[in-house]
Amino acid sequence: MKHLFAKLYVWLLLAILYAPILIIIVFSFTEAKVLGNWTGFSTKLYQSLFSGGVNNSLFVTLLNTFAIAFIAASASAVLGSLAAIGIFNLRRKARNTVLFLNNIPILNPEIITGVSLFLLFVSLGVSQGFVTVVLAHISFCVPYVVLSVLPRLQQMNPSLYEAALDLGATPMQALRKVIFPEIKPGIISGFILTFTLSFDDFVVSLFTIGNEGLQTLSTYIYADARKGGLTPELRPLTSLIFIVVLVLLFIVNQRAKKSATHEK
Amino acid sequence: MKRRQFGRFGVQRNWTIPYAVFLLVFVVTPLILIAIYAFTDAEGQFSLANFQKFIHHSETVNTFVYSVGIALITTLVCLVVGYPVAWILSRNIFSSTSVIVMLFILPMWINTLIRTLATVALFDFLQLPLGEGALIFGLVYNFLPFMIYPIYNVLNKTDHSLTEAAQDLGACPMKVFTRVTLPLSMPGVTSGILMVFMPTVSTFAIAELLTLNNIKLLGTTVQENINNGMWNYGAAISLVMLLLIGVSSLFTDDKSGEEGGLI
Repeated sequence: MKHLFAKLYVWLLLAILYAPILIIIVFSFTEAKVLGNWTGFSTKLYQSLFSGGVNNSLFVTLLNTFAIAFIAASASAVLGSLAAIGIFNLRRKARNTVLFLNNIPILNPEIITGVSLFLLFVSLGVSQGFVTVVLAHISFCVPYVVLSVLPRLQQMNPSLYEAALDLGATPMQALRKVIFPEIKPGIISGFILTFTLSFDDFVVSLFTIGNEGLQTLSTYIYADARKGGLTPELRPLTSLIFIVVLVLLFIVNQRAKKSATHEK
Repeated sequence: MKRRQFGRFGVQRNWTIPYAVFLLVFVVTPLILIAIYAFTDAEGQFSLANFQKFIHHSETVNTFVYSVGIALITTLVCLVVGYPVAWILSRNIFSSTSVIVMLFILPMWINTLIRTLATVALFDFLQLPLGEGALIFGLVYNFLPFMIYPIYNVLNKTDHSLTEAAQDLGACPMKVFTRVTLPLSMPGVTSGILMVFMPTVSTFAIAELLTLNNIKLLGTTVQENINNGMWNYGAAISLVMLLLIGVSSLFTDDKSGEEGGLI
């Protein structure tokens, strides 16, 4: 009872924070065109989301967004892991320089990243589309992979690698059999994190997607919202994405907890 | 003898090269390009015309001032609303504090646009008008976690014996807070202020959606200019924005950034 007021404050704030999301989830179970009208329980929107037909464009957009996020996260995982191993082996000065550059995309406001990449692509005369979006996403994703792999290398026992070499493994074998298993959790966490970052990205995508009809979910929603009405199918889609993000975040969190108890 | 150690100066340092090249092409060069475009005219000649235009164009200056004002109000509201939350969470009065902390961070992982549209839906649902009030609510809603998390992190690491010592020495609760807790949490507060102010001052879609396109922020101006082919002017405004953010980050020391890191 002592902390009733404090607890009430926290719960009230959480209620306000989650109210908008809850409204969307609740109204994804009704057919009404306008959000806020309740015309009885129905799962029709969920069905038409996946049945294609009229909403084909939304489904295609969803596939595009997935493809971009998957390619960007995979490429970032490879480039970022190699970079992390490289950075770990660098001398202090060079390491600090690379880590400083690595931090720029994380600290930069999205709109600056977007504008700067837009200027890069127009200066090079590259026509913007799928490839440019993927490259742009990789540019802000790799830093997060580096930051999630590097700590695993620092925690690793350096003698393991030497022991493998002493026992006759080639450096490549030692990397594959000793180093890789050690950093794998970091790579997987980095992949999941960058996948959600790319999937959710709006600002950078808007600047680098060009105008040849390619849409990601965010730019689709933006265009839709500017026209006024929101496609009703976005409600079930948003609800599903919310659940997926919830599950992914839970997995990442559990992994982090597990590795934390491991080290102890 | 051949170096065979892993970790310190091994041969694998060469593996940095692909990423270093990538960083040069996709991070360093683009930023330099912003500066180049900002200081040239459409023909590529050096010129300060973009900045003169910025200063003399009263609408842009007004947008600039207004954006900074909105960002300051948002930051202040986040601080006033968020600090108590961080403090309460650090007191460990909940049976599972980590879950509550997680609940505050979770909305951050949902698409900004979707969150903003959900806010619009909430205002429609409650039949409240969209406009400046909705804008500030939406911004606070979007960026509040950035304020709570760093403050909570710092408060959580604070040695409780310090506040206990102050109590034992006869300080009243108010005094314990102003003389001990608050000063100790300052690194978290500065990092929270930065993490709310920086994205707020550069935001754009949120403002359009929450005010039915009636209020323009600096980010909107940048996007419109780039969209309409005024690349040089757009780059100049971006540079001003970058400068503003750079200056605001000078107000914090390096340490606070590390402690408030979100990831």
